[in-house]
Amino acid sequence: MNITAIILALAVMAVLGVLFGVVLTIADKKFAVEVDPRASAIRECLGGANCGACGYAGCDAFAQAVVDGEAPVNGCTPGGAKAAEAIAAIMGMSVDLSGERIAARVVCQGECGVAKDRYIYDGYASCATVAGIAGGPKMCRFACIGLGDCAKACAFGAIEIVNGIAKIDESKCTACGQCQKACPRGVIELKPVNETVIVSCRNTDSGREARAACMKACIACGRCTKECPSDAIHVEGGVAKIDPEKCTRCGACAKVCPCKCIVDFLA
Amino acid sequence: METVSCGNVLLFLVSCVLSNNFIFSRFLGCCPFLGVSSKVETAAGMGMAVTFVMGLASLFTSLVYQYVLFPLGLTYLSTISFILIIASLVQFVEMFLKKSSPALYKSLGIYLPLITTNCAVLGVATINVSAQYDILSSVLNGVFSALGFLLAIVLMAGVRERLETSHIPEAFKGFPIGLFTAGLMAVAFMGFSGLV
Repeated sequence: MNITAIILALAVMAVLGVLFGVVLTIADKKFAVEVDPRASAIRECLGGANCGACGYAGCDAFAQAVVDGEAPVNGCTPGGAKAAEAIAAIMGMSVDLSGERIAARVVCQGECGVAKDRYIYDGYASCATVAGIAGGPKMCRFACIGLGDCAKACAFGAIEIVNGIAKIDESKCTACGQCQKACPRGVIELKPVNETVIVSCRNTDSGREARAACMKACIACGRCTKECPSDAIHVEGGVAKIDPEKCTRCGACAKVCPCKCIVDFLA
Repeated sequence: METVSCGNVLLFLVSCVLSNNFIFSRFLGCCPFLGVSSKVETAAGMGMAVTFVMGLASLFTSLVYQYVLFPLGLTYLSTISFILIIASLVQFVEMFLKKSSPALYKSLGIYLPLITTNCAVLGVATINVSAQYDILSSVLNGVFSALGFLLAIVLMAGVRERLETSHIPEAFKGFPIGLFTAGLMAVAFMGFSGLV
């Protein structure tokens, strides 16, 4: 065996490697780009999921935009108040944090057994796919399909499919809105957490059709309107809607709703 | 050793750009061809970057091959040393672009580091060796072949920009129609094969 050949090969590769290493090191110093240290400091404070809720390409782009003064310091919804404060401190600004906390909510209660099935779907588990097949697997065309496109889109693990419907853990939700984008039915809404009484149904069909499709569908009966002491809830276009400005969160409507489609989180 | 004389440089150019086009007849470098061809501007930028890297890579690989590997009888190390050279070069180009043209750096995005693993660059280096080109011819081969790549990617980007606004059957929208286009362009380029 020719030992010199092996050593030669080794030496040539080593020399080449070292040579290129040295050249690159010199180039690194010579072509060094000055990155604003604030940008990297801001990058550290962010959610880091590259969710794009801020409207920029990713966390790095957002950090740079903040330094350039294009993006607001509280632009990172997943980072929330904590990130906003930290970024404001880095940028030497004060920030108004009086805004209400927002979270995603599933506006549907059509669980298995509550909403009637149109057919049994046994194929690839994707809401976007099945939403296009004969109007979806549930009788109600507004219902949460429950195959978890939103859960897959959530970078924070806040969504779980329970009994055929998406459930959002508000404590984990950062209101980045990715689930809302992923949902083919648009059944997820971003709402302030302090709206504790909501109409959890979007079915605008006639009362009879709605009832036939789901036990917890709004049938537009109007009992909530009569019961409301502050004139905050009205039936518009076949479904009850609450005006959050007028609503006092008393929960009277939720008590009388015959279909239990109004949810009072405090009750 | 093959040498390209002044007289047939033009012939060599036509051969590299049209009849032996890297994309359409050798099928090398298809990844950036399909990936970065959505806008003419970025496509041209990518083409330029590839031209720069391929020219330099041809120069350095043939230098190393002829003055180090060949005399020492280490030609079996050519692939691994070429990879080393190309990787370093791309790093260098990346630093250079980041400093001199941040806009181009940003628009090339992920594809610039991907030139490292671009088969066209390693392809041109091995073609230089197997065709036994001398250093000057290698550099010319590298630059001309890359110009062929530039032509292909810019043509493709032009077509794709127009595809954006045209009526395409739902199932073919986006990538599928891109592949159709590439196939048709390859067929069209076959017409050049008898040219040189």
